[in-house]
Amino acid sequence: MMLASVVDPIYAHGLTLAVVVIVLVRMLVGFAVLMGAVTIMIWFERKAISDMQSRLGPTRWGPFGLFQTLADGLKLIVKEDLVPAEADRFTYKLAPYLSLIPALVTFAIVPVGGTVHIAGHPVTLQIANPPVGVLLMLAMSGISVYGVVLAGWASGSKYPLMSAVRASAQMISYEAALGMTIVTVVLATGSLSTQSIVAAQAHGIWHWNLIRLGVVPFVVFLIAITAELNRPPFDVVEAETELVGGFHTEYSSFRFGVFYLAEFMNTITMSAVIVTLFLGGPAGWVPNVPHLRWVFPILWFLIKTVFFAFSYIWFRAALPRFRYDQLMDLGWKRLIPLSLGWMLIVAGFLIKMSWGFLMAALVILAWTLLSRTVTIGERRLEGADSLLPAVGERPLPGRVLRAFTDREGE
Amino acid sequence: MIGAAYAIPDILAFVVAALMILAGAIGVLAVRNPVHAALSLILTLFGVAVAFVAQSADFLAVVQIIVYAGAIVVLFLFVIMFLGVDRTDPVRVEPLVGQRALAGVGVVVTIGGLVALLASSHWVTGAIAVSTSGHPTPGGAGNVRAVGTAVFTTYLFAFEATAALLIIAVVGAVLLARRERRMDREGEA
Repeated sequence: MMLASVVDPIYAHGLTLAVVVIVLVRMLVGFAVLMGAVTIMIWFERKAISDMQSRLGPTRWGPFGLFQTLADGLKLIVKEDLVPAEADRFTYKLAPYLSLIPALVTFAIVPVGGTVHIAGHPVTLQIANPPVGVLLMLAMSGISVYGVVLAGWASGSKYPLMSAVRASAQMISYEAALGMTIVTVVLATGSLSTQSIVAAQAHGIWHWNLIRLGVVPFVVFLIAITAELNRPPFDVVEAETELVGGFHTEYSSFRFGVFYLAEFMNTITMSAVIVTLFLGGPAGWVPNVPHLRWVFPILWFLIKTVFFAFSYIWFRAALPRFRYDQLMDLGWKRLIPLSLGWMLIVAGFLIKMSWGFLMAALVILAWTLLSRTVTIGERRLEGADSLLPAVGERPLPGRVLRAFTDREGE
Repeated sequence: MIGAAYAIPDILAFVVAALMILAGAIGVLAVRNPVHAALSLILTLFGVAVAFVAQSADFLAVVQIIVYAGAIVVLFLFVIMFLGVDRTDPVRVEPLVGQRALAGVGVVVTIGGLVALLASSHWVTGAIAVSTSGHPTPGGAGNVRAVGTAVFTTYLFAFEATAALLIIAVVGAVLLARRERRMDREGEA
């Protein structure tokens, strides 16, 4: 109780029935809003993609096909539920929920608006404000890996298994860069709580982390989170041309629906997280309208979130899929060193100007050394004295042997 | 002294956490399928995280989930799937001579040590902050600060040494793995 009172002003005057009701209603409203947003997001994605590809997209149900998602959902629920004979039944049934629950929990830490007063109680428009804040988001994205990995393994089928192996490697790799950029934000804020992160950015656009930290952490975060979501151009986990449908190939009916729901819910949640961390969350210009001042932060939040949701759709329409080795190169050789270096520079500047410049010089030196190492390594892979055949080329046994024996002879 | 610190929610949290930890730990040993064993391990890790929260060490709890559940066990799963050892392993053969007898001795020594520790120290009760004589660990930002100060001042050497050790282990593993693959290729051809 003591802990909670520090975190959320609603508990300041003890736990009365009204407080419990308000907290429960806040939770239910948050859940309903997220569900509604997912329905609209799926429709929006299909419509926007269609438009970009000169198609019509869903048109049948409701005005502009708005009810298409509901119709699809209904169809999925009444379809026959299949469990493959080779499947590991318990894990197979568990996996969809391991995808869905992290998406739901992460949204709980996003501040959607300012504080409103309901029946004399100050209510923050945020389901929960735990003291560990953004770390909860990292933990949940760690858990959501299991949804994909276990689904792929439990299906007892070849392509889903390959997808699961890809997913586990990809999501772990990008989590490192993700964590490092979050550390940069946390360093600048001095707090883990999302409420404080938003409060620190509330005084105008120049205080937004997007600008205050330099644009680099934002860009790294955006790329890493796209990879974490398995969205195009990083969707090697469900690459249709290679792996049929990826980890959910064997899933049907309601369980497939849960995966589908989780994917779009994650997209919305992560858009909201980006807005919270880098664009000031609900911060924005509030006109002096009596009784309606609380609406504007929510509007600002919505506008920013929809912008990012749209850019995910745009990525999908505009960018070709990364090859798996390119994905790993980008993650390990570019994003992780970049985010680590930038974190050190920001930390240096937070202490003292001179320390910042010193750090910057050190980072540039380290970057030069690293890129030199990478170049040497790549030359060994692809150049004249290559040990391995070019990427995508099947090695002939004789050639590999010759390459190795020649090398040993040197 | 400790008994007075009990409150119903504390006991409930402790019982739930302890049951999760125990069920998971027994599962790791009893389940035959390696993937199920890894899942049981996750259950244990979550139980420990719950226990951390009950001791108001929120930061540790989340880090526990991020590092262990979010990264390490995923890598376990990755290896299990990648090497395709997702079926039962024969346990009848003894890879090292006298392994079982030694394991038995190890178990006895460990249990004896634990009992000796418990006899001279506090029992695990679920009561908050037994080791800090009743003062709860500071919550929120103070929690992170407490951990950070401990790690980067008192235990700095141990911390850095661990980091160096991990790097050495990774480099060593890469070196070994690469050499092995070369020999395989040559042997094949």
